[in-house]
Amino acid sequence: MLDVRGLNKVYEGSGRRVEAVRDLTFTVDAGELVCLVGPSGCGKTTLLKCMGGLLTPTGGEVLLEGRKVSGPPPGMAFVFQEYGRSLFPWMRVAQNVELPLKQKDVSRSRRPELVADALQSVGLADAADAYPWQLSGGMQQRVAIARALAYEPQVLLMDEPFAAVDAQTRADLEDLVRGLWRERGITILFVTHDIDEAVYLGERVIVLSASPTVVQEQLKVDLPDERDQLHTRVAPRFAELRTHVYEQIQAAKRGTPQDAVKADTPPPH
Amino acid sequence: MRRVLLQLFFVLALPVLLVAVWWLASDDSTNVFWPPLRTILQTFPDVWTADRLRDDVLPSMWRLTAGFTLAAVVGVAVGTVIGSYRRVRAVCEPVLEFLRAVPPPVLVPVIMLFAGIGDTMKVAVIASGCVWPILLNTVEGVRAVDSVMAETARSYGITGAARLKNVVLRSASPQIFAGLRQALSIGIILMVISEMFAASNGIGFTVVQFQRSFAVPDMWTGILVLGLLGFLLSVVFQLVERRVLAWYHGLRASTRRSP
Amino acid sequence: MRGTNAALGAAGLTAFLALGEAVPRLGIVREAYFPPTSRIASAFADELSDDAFWTALGDTLTGWALGLTIAASAGIVAGVLLSVVPYLRQATASTIEFLRPIPSVALIPLAVLLYGTELRSVLLLVVYASFWQVLIQTLYGVQDVDPVAEETARSYGLGTWARIRHVLWPTALPYVMTGIRLAAAVALILAITAELVIGAPGLGARIAVAQNSQAVPEMYALIVVTGILGLLINVGARTVERRALAWHQSVRGEVAV
Repeated sequence: MLDVRGLNKVYEGSGRRVEAVRDLTFTVDAGELVCLVGPSGCGKTTLLKCMGGLLTPTGGEVLLEGRKVSGPPPGMAFVFQEYGRSLFPWMRVAQNVELPLKQKDVSRSRRPELVADALQSVGLADAADAYPWQLSGGMQQRVAIARALAYEPQVLLMDEPFAAVDAQTRADLEDLVRGLWRERGITILFVTHDIDEAVYLGERVIVLSASPTVVQEQLKVDLPDERDQLHTRVAPRFAELRTHVYEQIQAAKRGTPQDAVKADTPPPH
Repeated sequence: MRRVLLQLFFVLALPVLLVAVWWLASDDSTNVFWPPLRTILQTFPDVWTADRLRDDVLPSMWRLTAGFTLAAVVGVAVGTVIGSYRRVRAVCEPVLEFLRAVPPPVLVPVIMLFAGIGDTMKVAVIASGCVWPILLNTVEGVRAVDSVMAETARSYGITGAARLKNVVLRSASPQIFAGLRQALSIGIILMVISEMFAASNGIGFTVVQFQRSFAVPDMWTGILVLGLLGFLLSVVFQLVERRVLAWYHGLRASTRRSP
Repeated sequence: MRGTNAALGAAGLTAFLALGEAVPRLGIVREAYFPPTSRIASAFADELSDDAFWTALGDTLTGWALGLTIAASAGIVAGVLLSVVPYLRQATASTIEFLRPIPSVALIPLAVLLYGTELRSVLLLVVYASFWQVLIQTLYGVQDVDPVAEETARSYGLGTWARIRHVLWPTALPYVMTGIRLAAAVALILAITAELVIGAPGLGARIAVAQNSQAVPEMYALIVVTGILGLLINVGARTVERRALAWHQSVRGEVAV
């Protein structure tokens, strides 16, 4: 579905040359929910923007269903961390959700359906006529998610979407994302710096190294499909996985790739 | 109920008091320049008849509207272009800073050279004075479009005209309105003095005629009319602004509540 | 980066001047109406060597500075007073909303009758127009005082005067400076207008004379002078604002952008 091959991104400006992403290769299969996790400042956002076509990579390529991404592809939707700045404050919630559909030439009769359905599935059917700034932070991020859903993307890219909301709202939103994923079968790539969040949400966790970024490890999360905040997070397997990811990230920070990259092999029980 | 009454009291008390003081202090005034308020008010309906409204106030309003609209269209259009491109901005900035700094009334003699003393001159004067605050504010507003909003728009394929209409201009609208507000007060000034300079009708023309013929109470009514006009235009502007920028005021109020 | 911008700006300015030279030379507009840059420049040089020009400049600046000083002091005092004395702000709100938008040029006939072409005519217009700028900004500034800081000051038993000095004034200062900056620009506009329309001595009157005697290049040169004056006032006011408030966030934000 989504192929990242030898991705490299170098920022150049005013005589300085910063290599943010060195060499990244991984794939995301259709219908997968993959979490990218790495130490802070490790170029996660750069990677995501390259994948979303918002940045042009210096080397390597990103393929969506075999086609090279150059510029934002219509099959991808983005959810940003800064929900307050990503929703347009001069539009009501429903208009915010509808605007990308107009651009996508979705027919006038189909648009209200999609908008209503998307708002319904994030639990905001009543807020259609409100302005974003009248809602709480968590609700605003729900609107941003609804906007992405209504767009009917093949791949949903989420860039630390819950980093700016409080812990309880965050738990609710995590369950929302997992619920939507299971219901709708979309492919989700979820970037986070929160290890617990990555393990709780993902079917697979890709651990990134410190900048300049490479893939430190890929890890299959063999937790049951049915997850909930109360039980999953205290499950012994959850603790093992999070400890493992934590160690990997610590190693990444030190810059020593702990063993070789083991693709898709969960740590032994 | 009591609160409403109290509010009404606060709104009306001082104006009433001031008018009363004016009335009493000027009542037995023999100074030619400060006629009694009573006389001024008595003169008012005689001076500002329906004919005069049609022959003087209407032309003035027409010139102001035409000049202001022209300036708004040109200012927003050019400002959007300059604001969108960093290099264009760098090239234009010093020239724009200079042109803005020229006090607009000195444009009157220049434009008279080109456009004579007719309506074209007045509209051109008003437009060329009003355009700078609108243009420069638009540049600022367009330049300052939030980076996350811009990326959101891009990632959802919102480009070209749709981006301009739904994102750039909307996001710049608070700044644009600040420019329009400044332009409005400059426009009124220019309307009045271009008519004082050379005209055969208009409010500015009429008021100067009264002054030259020492019709002092009539002149005072003219000053009152100009004052009322300024006040009314600002009320209308505020109403429009509140409507168009309702989201902005709401947004600001909501961020103030929870910083 | 800064260097490139400055170079681009200089290029823009040069292009602007070259255009001013070329357009009349090519006959696109009549030279009599729009003299080429070089003609304006030589008229400009002539002005600089003329004593009467310097007197006019002095007159304009006197009217501007005096008017601005009066308006700023009155605006600040009135603004603080209205905010500190209970109920005064509410009681005056409607009056201010009514008086503020009255165009100061409406007072021109009155000024002519009362003071003729004296300096006082200029001052009447300048003070009326710039007073509101300072007053309104001062009122905004005082409104912005953090209620917590105000409460704290009260709870420590600071008197009215001490509260004005240590809490209210520092908060309001950035706004006051903005008000003065805006007022400085408005004051110049009105000073020139008064001279131009009423004939009070100064650059405006000199422009009117040049216009009446068909001395078109001189007229343009004088207009350029008023533009430069306006530019210097804007830049100067912004510099003062920034210097005085280097610590303040609003200014820092502006610099960073």
